Amino acid sequence: MQAQCIKKLSLRDGVMAGVPIFIGYFPIAMAFGILSKTVGISMKDSFLISVFVFGGASQFIALNLLTLGVGIGEIIVTTLLVNFRYFLMSASLATKMTDAIKKWIPVIAFGVTDEIFSIASFKHEEITKEFMLPLQFLGYFSWVTGTVMGYWLGGILPENIKDSMGIALYAMFIAILIPEAKKSKLITFLIGLSGLVNTLLKKLTTLPPGWTLIVSIISISLLGSCLLKEEEVNGDE
Amino acid sequence: MEMNNYILLIVGMMIVTYIPKLIPFFILSKEKIPTKLNKFLKLIPYTALGALLIPDVFYTTPSIPQASILGIGFAAIYVWHKGGIIIPILGSIFVTFIVILVHTG
Repeated sequence: MQAQCIKKLSLRDGVMAGVPIFIGYFPIAMAFGILSKTVGISMKDSFLISVFVFGGASQFIALNLLTLGVGIGEIIVTTLLVNFRYFLMSASLATKMTDAIKKWIPVIAFGVTDEIFSIASFKHEEITKEFMLPLQFLGYFSWVTGTVMGYWLGGILPENIKDSMGIALYAMFIAILIPEAKKSKLITFLIGLSGLVNTLLKKLTTLPPGWTLIVSIISISLLGSCLLKEEEVNGDE
Repeated sequence: MEMNNYILLIVGMMIVTYIPKLIPFFILSKEKIPTKLNKFLKLIPYTALGALLIPDVFYTTPSIPQASILGIGFAAIYVWHKGGIIIPILGSIFVTFIVILVHTG
């Protein structure tokens, strides 16, 4: 029997959490559609990439590599490197889920992104499928429709507006992070340190794209797990 | 590039994106995790967001860096005082747009 005091995340919670994701993704997905057109791939291919990959930054990097004339194999390897961080995110998320959700794992795993992962991980309650599926669907729907809209409207939108849309994702990250950072000085320190390490690695090393991120995440999380007392980490009940 | 190649590219990208997302769910579950590993995994959201944000947030408007700085500054100050996600997102786009507009005339 479940303890009465633990509130379960409902479908309504999932939709509420999904709306900001929808709004945050749309301009980024549009930017992807716009860039696809500039690079010269068809609307269908641009659409299919967003439908099947749902891979955020890696999609932009792939377009970039296409314009440089890089081969398919190399693009796929780069995509793997960039997206390897999802391994860490899924591992972290898996610890917040019980067996009840197992049947939906193949779907939920596909819908893991930086932003959806962040929103879900900072929930104190246990993650339910009623919460996760609408959250992910709204993000996915926004990503796919945004791609098509961007491809379609790319020629019409003024340059100024296109340039200013790139900030949306980072504003979302800030909005997720600040309430968490306010709770603990040590957490704030770890967030900042991770950013600093990532910056230094980018400037000083020749790690492939995505790996500065992975090295930062692993090293600072390790450091943090030594410094942190149990009760300071959220969701440990 | 030929159409065939794009299908290959899309399928390849799909596989290498999906596999890292999927595998951990089969290895780990809520029930049985050593405390130390649990702490490490619970810290990942924080360290991941820190590194996703910094330094890339400063490069979203490369020709007019102050535009993205003011945009994200608006989001940070708003969230600090009032919380929320939607207003910070839309507000930061708006602020960034205005700064770009002022600079490009």
